[in-house]
Amino acid sequence: MFEDLRDLYQEVIFDHNRNPRNFRVMDNADREVEGFNPLCGDRLTLYLKLDGDIITDASFQGSGCAISTASVSLMTEIVQGKTELEAEELFNQFHEMTTGKDEEINLEAIGKLAVLAGVREYPARVKCATLAWHTLDAALKNQEASISTE
Amino acid sequence: MTDFPVEKIRADFPILQQQIRNKPLVYLDNAATTQKPNCVIDCISDFYRQDYANVHRGVHTLSVRATDQYEGARETVKDFINAQSTKEIVFVKGTTEAINLLAHSYGKSFLKPGDEILITAMEHHSNIVPWQMLCQELGTVLKVAPINLQGELIVEEFEKLITAKTRLVSVVHMSNALGTVNPVKKIIDLAHERNIPVILDGAQAIPHMPVDVQALECDFYVFSGHKLYAPTGVGVLYGKQEILEAMQPYQGGGDMIRKVTFKETEYNNLPYKFEAGTPNIADVVGLGAAIGYLTGVGMDNIARYEAELLAYATDKAKQIEGLRLIGEAHEKGAILSFVLDKVHPHDIGTMLDSLGIAVRAGHHCAMPVMDFFEIPATARASFAMYNTHQEVDVLMDGIKSLIEVFG
Repeated sequence: MFEDLRDLYQEVIFDHNRNPRNFRVMDNADREVEGFNPLCGDRLTLYLKLDGDIITDASFQGSGCAISTASVSLMTEIVQGKTELEAEELFNQFHEMTTGKDEEINLEAIGKLAVLAGVREYPARVKCATLAWHTLDAALKNQEASISTE
Repeated sequence: MTDFPVEKIRADFPILQQQIRNKPLVYLDNAATTQKPNCVIDCISDFYRQDYANVHRGVHTLSVRATDQYEGARETVKDFINAQSTKEIVFVKGTTEAINLLAHSYGKSFLKPGDEILITAMEHHSNIVPWQMLCQELGTVLKVAPINLQGELIVEEFEKLITAKTRLVSVVHMSNALGTVNPVKKIIDLAHERNIPVILDGAQAIPHMPVDVQALECDFYVFSGHKLYAPTGVGVLYGKQEILEAMQPYQGGGDMIRKVTFKETEYNNLPYKFEAGTPNIADVVGLGAAIGYLTGVGMDNIARYEAELLAYATDKAKQIEGLRLIGEAHEKGAILSFVLDKVHPHDIGTMLDSLGIAVRAGHHCAMPVMDFFEIPATARASFAMYNTHQEVDVLMDGIKSLIEVFG
């Protein structure tokens, strides 16, 4: 059963869904932005700590599906230590991977985020994977208000 | 109910005869929209091939034929809900447009600042937002009657919220998110004792049970065709004739007028006063065909069969550990809304889809209901007359398997 879904629900995704990383409120965060997907009710708050233009800490709170939880969990891991510019570039790569028509995925650039490439085949689920990144984008651009995928 | 001809009915729905992801389709998203029988599909295609023209205008043969069929459908709808007259049957785009028409037209004709409009906590967004918009514009006040943890309206609280200022009650007949069937006769009686008119949102109820607007004595009853095995883009506003007569038109244009000069315009009679512009002719004719089909099956038979199917599904669902039903009203239509301890509704939706099972995952356009139950969303299996006990088994096996996978 569910053989067809192996590309979408990889073991790493189950792992991050069961044990999300950096799942905590951050006191004294430099940036705090709420992301909301009105289509499914997924809601998350992203916290960033910055030292100059380097992201020194990232964490989140909220509830969502396995794809969205794994995506934000993986993201908070990967952006730590990156500059804002590098994080923006990752956002672009991620966006390209999840929505792009291009068959080739730049594995070197995207690293372990590649486990989320499967959403490409599930248009209804792309927003689950990208919610975290749109929220990060808003946080980096220092938008105060909450953002939504719609 | 072993004599219900479910296999015969299934055979009339071509879309059900297919495989999705190499599994037989199990379509359980009927509260979102229902599939169409051959007779509806053929009726629309025959109409366009043979009888199509604009209505109420030409003297030519096609226009007469088209008008006859369009008005024939109105007669069919009138009989289906037992309205007194076809003047009380207004064709609209759907339930949403019907409620917007009422908010706009009834609201502006009869409501003034400070007047209260009473709804319930289980309304679809389409029976919330039009009233909020009216309140913003007009200064009326929206009141919301609470529900209990079973998802039932608390009638005593509803009654307490009827005040000297209440001028309109608008209530869902059957909840799309919970399946709850409201005690609408009781609600109407309570409101009418105080001379308050009542709108019933029948979008969900109409495909599942016989509806008799004269027995209910509701002032308005609104529903969509597409949830009633008919095409999208067509719906019905039933209103008592004397109230419709007194209401301002909704939109201006052709067909809704009797006489136009640049000085003034005289409006047409009912129901045309509310049908400005060329209507959705072919789909109205399709709605007539769908109702003809349902009348053949019998709404009483459908109600009985679906009640049995829901009881079977509810019983099976309750045996699944970690599954929580959302909406356990005593009076309920064939909707099973649920959440799982460890699996988000969106994941349930994708997982079940891979097994060929179509369910809805989300807030079902009833975000306040989700807030009340403190959940972001539910998974919802909604049944129709063409669903079988065997399909319920496939659904329940699917749920058990995905719980294991997520473990």
